[in-house]
Amino acid sequence: MLKIWSMKQKQQQAENAQTGKKKKVTAAQLRVQKDLSELSLGSTMRTEFPNPDDILNFTLTIEPDEGMYKGGRFHFSFAINQNFPHDPPKVKCTQKIYHPNIDMEGNICLNILREDWKPVLNLNAVIVGLQFLFLEPNASDPLNKEAAEDLKTNREGFKRNVRSSMGGGSVKGQTFERVLK
Amino acid sequence: MEMDGADPNGVPGEVDRKRWTYLDRILNRPGPFTDEEWVPGEPNIESLERMKILVIGAGGLGCEILKNLALSGFKDIHVIDMDTIDVSNLNRQFLFRQADVGRPKAEVAAQFVEKRVRGVKITPFCGKIQDKDEDYYMQFGMVICGLDSIEARRWINATLVGMVDNDDADTLKPLIDGGTEGFKGQARHCIEWAHIIAWEEERKDDTLDTDDPEHITWLYQKALARANEFNIPGVTYSMTQGVVKNIIPAIASTNAIVAAACCNEAFKIVTSTNPPLGFPGTNNYMMYTGDDSVYTYTFEHSKKDDCPVCGNLAKNLEVDPNMTLEEFIASLAEKPEAQLKKPTLRTEEKSLYYQSPPSLEEQTRPNLKKKFSELVSDGEQLAVSDPAFQIVFKFKLVFKK
Repeated sequence: MLKIWSMKQKQQQAENAQTGKKKKVTAAQLRVQKDLSELSLGSTMRTEFPNPDDILNFTLTIEPDEGMYKGGRFHFSFAINQNFPHDPPKVKCTQKIYHPNIDMEGNICLNILREDWKPVLNLNAVIVGLQFLFLEPNASDPLNKEAAEDLKTNREGFKRNVRSSMGGGSVKGQTFERVLK
Repeated sequence: MEMDGADPNGVPGEVDRKRWTYLDRILNRPGPFTDEEWVPGEPNIESLERMKILVIGAGGLGCEILKNLALSGFKDIHVIDMDTIDVSNLNRQFLFRQADVGRPKAEVAAQFVEKRVRGVKITPFCGKIQDKDEDYYMQFGMVICGLDSIEARRWINATLVGMVDNDDADTLKPLIDGGTEGFKGQARHCIEWAHIIAWEEERKDDTLDTDDPEHITWLYQKALARANEFNIPGVTYSMTQGVVKNIIPAIASTNAIVAAACCNEAFKIVTSTNPPLGFPGTNNYMMYTGDDSVYTYTFEHSKKDDCPVCGNLAKNLEVDPNMTLEEFIASLAEKPEAQLKKPTLRTEEKSLYYQSPPSLEEQTRPNLKKKFSELVSDGEQLAVSDPAFQIVFKFKLVFKK
């Protein structure tokens, strides 16, 4: 019969002579490493790592090449915690932009970043989702209610407002950040 | 449950052993399964008292487990549960009373058992297992689970497996997992099918109301037809109701049996009085089916070599500290067992080299010319991924002397 505890004790004594704790790569790091290798950024997206040793925090830049937001350059911060992929990444838009699914603080309404997140989803799914928000802004589930109302009732007018907001203009009394390339 | 038999004036450490008479017969005498070197008596009692054991879940199974451990001689028990007590728990979760409804399960359960069994210390944590990290789980000798979700089981299993360091036996934490489920899985499956698939296909525009008899009857008939198609017995109206309302029949006696089996294993592992389940090559799974007599079956679930959780523990890898990272990467491509042609490498602290995304590749490229000794220290863990492989390989670096 295996006597696990006495085995442990014997080994522990030998072990104590050696050095202290050796660092192990965390589960979140392993998963992010794998996800990063599977990112398909194409020509419209790029990443930037302020500290290349920390792969859990980075920014993503999207430059849509079609749709109403074409010609803009949008920055998102990604903050991934040690519970990833059980927890979704925390993603925020770092600019103030006019978009029905992004509020003035940069919070994003994207189902897979919240209630529909599942550990089987990867970072690529998230960036595809973000890209899609610029191609098809969604008026039915808004964070910026005014923009959503605008999109619903007057699509052409909404488009004009998007253009002027992207140029650093103001829409409905709010001044937006210039995001044109 | 027994009443406390200890002398109320007893000093901890010299408590009256009268209450443990039956236990002491096992602890103080060699039996047919004890090893030759096994020492009866005091060391076993001490092992039990010193063992820091974690109970996850203070629900149906958890109440039983806590009571059993306390009455088996464990003295340092911790318990985690994120739930509060609901009135529907009171029929089987016997550590809770009407007045406790709304209070955290872990706290109430801990207080109850501490009061009832003298000398036992139970430390509750009211929260999620995910709130705690490796440092927390590392303090325990073993973990017993009485959980109701697969997700939480997976999480604790992956966490404990991830903590294992082959060179340090103390990082190995036995996990004893108990689970109970309502019987007749296949019949339930047919009802689930009617509930999720058939309803969506045929009655999409109605919102399912689980309190509407017409809706339940419709689901029942659909499920029954499907069950008949596959010769599956047991679909009934009341079961349909139970499944769609997500009521998992919890049976007090099943909880008691499963919890007793779990605590027995914990006791055997700690005291070496009998062979426990679970060493490689021995049985590691016991199941009990109680809906038709008391059938049990014990067998070995074998290990899957490519298991995403345990098929990939860190292997030792000897490296020359004077080798450059570039040379090392070239050597990986020639390893016969796994030819890693486009590896990405990191340690806990450093991104050594990333093939993609482009910005990270550029930032880590200068490392290629550096020597191992400049980038990592002896004994550090290295994670290597490659597009050709689903898993991330882990190595423990050992510097060549």
